[in-house]
Amino acid sequence: MSSEPLLRVENLKTQFFTETGTVRAVDGISFEVREGEIVGLVGESGAGKSVASMSLLRLVENPGEIVAGEITYKGETIFGLEEGPDGELQERDDMLSNEEIRTRIRGNEIAVIFQDPMESLNPVFTVGGQLREFIELNRGLSKDEAKTEAIDMLREVGIPDPEERYEEYPHQFSGGMRQRVLIAMALACEPSLIIADEPTTALDVTVEGQILDLVDDLQDKYGTSFIWVTHDMGVVAEICDRVNVMYLGEIVEQAPVDELFYDTKHPYTNALLNSIPRPDRTVTELEAIEGVMPEAINPPSGCRFHPRCPDAREVCKRVHPEAKTVADADGEAHRAACVKHDAFDAGYEDSSMLEGAVGSTEREPESELAVNPAGDDSGGEGRE
Amino acid sequence: MAVGESQLGSDTESAVDEGDVEARVGWRYTLAQIKQDTTARWGLYVVAFVITVATYAIVDSNLSLLTFGRLPDYAFAQALPIFDHPTRIPPPGEGTQHMPPYFPLAEQSWNPLPAGGTIEHPLGTDHTGRDYFTRIVYGTQVSVFVGIVSTFIGLSIGTIIGAVAGYYGGKTDDILMRVVEMIYSIPPLILIIVFTVFVGGTSIWYAVIGVGITFVPIFARIIRSRVLSIREMDYIEAARASGVKDRNIIMRHVVPNSFAPVLVYATLQIGVTILVVAGLSFLGYGAQPPTPDWGQMLNISHGYMHSNLWLSIWPGLAIMITIMGFNLLGDGLQDALDPRIDD
Repeated sequence: MSSEPLLRVENLKTQFFTETGTVRAVDGISFEVREGEIVGLVGESGAGKSVASMSLLRLVENPGEIVAGEITYKGETIFGLEEGPDGELQERDDMLSNEEIRTRIRGNEIAVIFQDPMESLNPVFTVGGQLREFIELNRGLSKDEAKTEAIDMLREVGIPDPEERYEEYPHQFSGGMRQRVLIAMALACEPSLIIADEPTTALDVTVEGQILDLVDDLQDKYGTSFIWVTHDMGVVAEICDRVNVMYLGEIVEQAPVDELFYDTKHPYTNALLNSIPRPDRTVTELEAIEGVMPEAINPPSGCRFHPRCPDAREVCKRVHPEAKTVADADGEAHRAACVKHDAFDAGYEDSSMLEGAVGSTEREPESELAVNPAGDDSGGEGRE
Repeated sequence: MAVGESQLGSDTESAVDEGDVEARVGWRYTLAQIKQDTTARWGLYVVAFVITVATYAIVDSNLSLLTFGRLPDYAFAQALPIFDHPTRIPPPGEGTQHMPPYFPLAEQSWNPLPAGGTIEHPLGTDHTGRDYFTRIVYGTQVSVFVGIVSTFIGLSIGTIIGAVAGYYGGKTDDILMRVVEMIYSIPPLILIIVFTVFVGGTSIWYAVIGVGITFVPIFARIIRSRVLSIREMDYIEAARASGVKDRNIIMRHVVPNSFAPVLVYATLQIGVTILVVAGLSFLGYGAQPPTPDWGQMLNISHGYMHSNLWLSIWPGLAIMITIMGFNLLGDGLQDALDPRIDD
């Protein structure tokens, strides 16, 4: 378990330089993905999950930019900075060039499955044509070989009559079937890592279950690692091995999945879990997390969660907590970034309760709608 | 029960509707849609007819089949001297029928008027004795191909500029679109005339290129506005994430998905182009004599309007019908390609 991980991200910072200021979408996250495991990346909308996952492929669009950190994949540097002779930070020599990233990493080594299967396929070409072209391009097969391969992949992901469906257009597929096609496309080049960016959010629960089963089966078969970006704690419990909980560009808790659910260490994770219905608890009313996540352009001082934290004390306003190993679960570190676990240094116990901190929203409620109109649909989870 | 039934009914209906909306892609569907629409169908017929005639004029330059071999080839004969000039050698087959009987040669020596229709010359002849029908048919060739070619020039350059500007955004977008707007700000006729003079001389091909250039901004802007929304689609992001080259993304994903409105506009634009080129020929910057062109024929015939009005009417009619054909087809195409319009 302690061998070199497949992917290691250290202190990654991605910022967007907008006219109103610098948006620190991802602010110093570190995590790793080992071979054959599914790592969850969980958080509310706007926590920086998608930006973080796109940063791994260096696909951050203007005006965004990765400004710090190191991404290592299979010993190769996807992103790394060093101090140049003039004292300015510059890209490291061993960093892969854009061309190498495009031809070797994207699609071949790290593939992506996107959120909305309705929009992830080009409507003007046949499903089979797109799959075939993708295989042709990335694996250097001939047209006929790629077609055979494409039909095999379609069969593999459980599409009935793949020879006939091969000739059909995306609009002739249902949402679940399209997501299967996208999974086939992601798996087609047998990548070592697949980034699944909320792949089941747009599907209804029965189809979601089928897709999760499919991913589980395929993962057993191919041994592919996954980064599973989601806001759905139910999916996390179902599929992930380890979980990273993100809040406002930071990872606040990092733990194996069982540990996270049964021995929650961070108040934010706790609040997230309290806000969804759980079969093992009977409550009259779900506890939604008060307020909305502030914008990353001007994050709160100290602990970023303190304005909404039920446990916040005066010290939380001042001290920015570092992630600390707070428990050990079968050799796996359980890390959390909260001053509660830093009691001696920060003086959490002595600190006074924060007046009116809980529920004092920094933003108007409408701003959440603007950030994530889809958020209201996911009624099952309460406030996500 | 009744509620349940009606719900079921509406459900299946909406499902069908959705399927219909989504099935509105592909050539076969578009063509079927146009055939259903009466006006668009007539537009299609006119365009097909005009293009056939234009192509035919190339294949059979004597038009022998079209006129059962009755017409001699005058269309590209040298600009002939004045009709009754002493040195004039009449072309073979030229009869006396086109000589207006009511204007004896002796009296009207300078300006003999063309005759009305006969079996040899269905639309009469022009002031130099050339068969007017032949010239109208040859004029089709010039007008239609000029219309199509210069629209195509504008379309291809405009599409590339618009797609690149829209896809990359930022500075690339700024620079390309400012250049395009500069072209847009010059009055088209002046731009074309200056262009033809600048590249050296009046020729139909310079006019074609000039007209094409004036259309670049319109096409670039249409396609750019489409690309701006298309490039945010997940399949573009997916293509980038799977390592597709930018050039391939633009050609295979961006352009095909933004092309429908441009195609409609191009069809309508062909009509406008024909009109512009006719106008240019009328001014003397387009087709040069003796090449027959409707605009140029109008130009010449307007001097004879009092004597023979038909000389002005025939080319005008030809221009009108052709443009109407392209416009009807364009309108039909617009309806067929727009999934929101339901017949």
